[in-house]
Amino acid sequence: MNILGHFNYWIVIVLMMMGFYTVISRGNLVKKLIGLSLFQTSVFILYISAGKITGGTAPILIDDHGEAAEAASHVLYSNPLPHVLILTAIVVGIATTALGLSLVVRINEAYGTVEEEVIHNRDESL
Amino acid sequence: MSTVIDITLLTFLAVTALAIIRTRNLFAAVMLAGIYSLVSAGLFTALDAVDVAFTEAAVGAGISTVLFLGTLALVGWEEEKPAHQPILPLVVVVLTGGALVWGTSDLPPFGVATNPVHESPIAERYIEESGHEIGIPNIVTSVLASYRGYDTMGEATVIFTALVGVLLLLAHGPHPRRVWEGDRWSTKWDDPQLQDEDDETLEGDGPFESDSPEGGSANG
Repeated sequence: MNILGHFNYWIVIVLMMMGFYTVISRGNLVKKLIGLSLFQTSVFILYISAGKITGGTAPILIDDHGEAAEAASHVLYSNPLPHVLILTAIVVGIATTALGLSLVVRINEAYGTVEEEVIHNRDESL
Repeated sequence: MSTVIDITLLTFLAVTALAIIRTRNLFAAVMLAGIYSLVSAGLFTALDAVDVAFTEAAVGAGISTVLFLGTLALVGWEEEKPAHQPILPLVVVVLTGGALVWGTSDLPPFGVATNPVHESPIAERYIEESGHEIGIPNIVTSVLASYRGYDTMGEATVIFTALVGVLLLLAHGPHPRRVWEGDRWSTKWDDPQLQDEDDETLEGDGPFESDSPEGGSANG
């Protein structure tokens, strides 16, 4: 697996920048939120990549009963800590997305559009 | 073998992200975002994060897609053509990406067991002791619900806050609206009580004491 080197990280950065580009270059608010979730998912991949050990297995104890865990202590497990952090991040991410989408719905009700330029013009013409 | 899977899935992700950027049909973009989430769930499985994979498949590909589709039903499916060439965003993105790629040269190589993140005593303790201490085979569950239970409680607080925000934004009530008045845009309220304020019908008995519509809007 070592021929990968930093390949995972580079692709993650490419994905991250694609999400970032969508957020800053597109005027449609829904498209911006899609870009934001692209960015989010790429951050998840970055963390999970850091937790992976080549030749390791999922962090679920091989033994049926937890008591005999030392019997399986020679098994190589990937790092469980990033997984826990990212589980939390996924759920928080969907909460912020939901809040963002309801803001979009309200903006659409008030302005009749979700295009940033149009909204800006309407506010400027006060 | 897992290297091949890893590279293939990452390439799929990059292609999907490119398609999302290029399409101007928001319905297609949302569906592609669902595919993106599902492919990344596959990648998480290949990277041994099975709990993250099924959460991402359920939340990212499922709930998130439903929320986006619901929004599209209300706001429309077509994205307008960008008004100007995105030169500046492109420059910003290339510079940021370049800086980040340069930064990865300091990162330890992928998947090596002696990386600092794996050497930390805390992960070792979770792996070796959680079987005795918590009694559940799944280490991620043990950490999430027990060792870091307060984190999960804080997460519940975040979800509750988001829920309150969504309810406040979308709940039934007087909503302001931008209307064209021949020469300029101004803010109007759906609630007839607030709009009739000029007719002095509300003098004293409404919740808003100020006499200008703007003041009423600010209070509402």
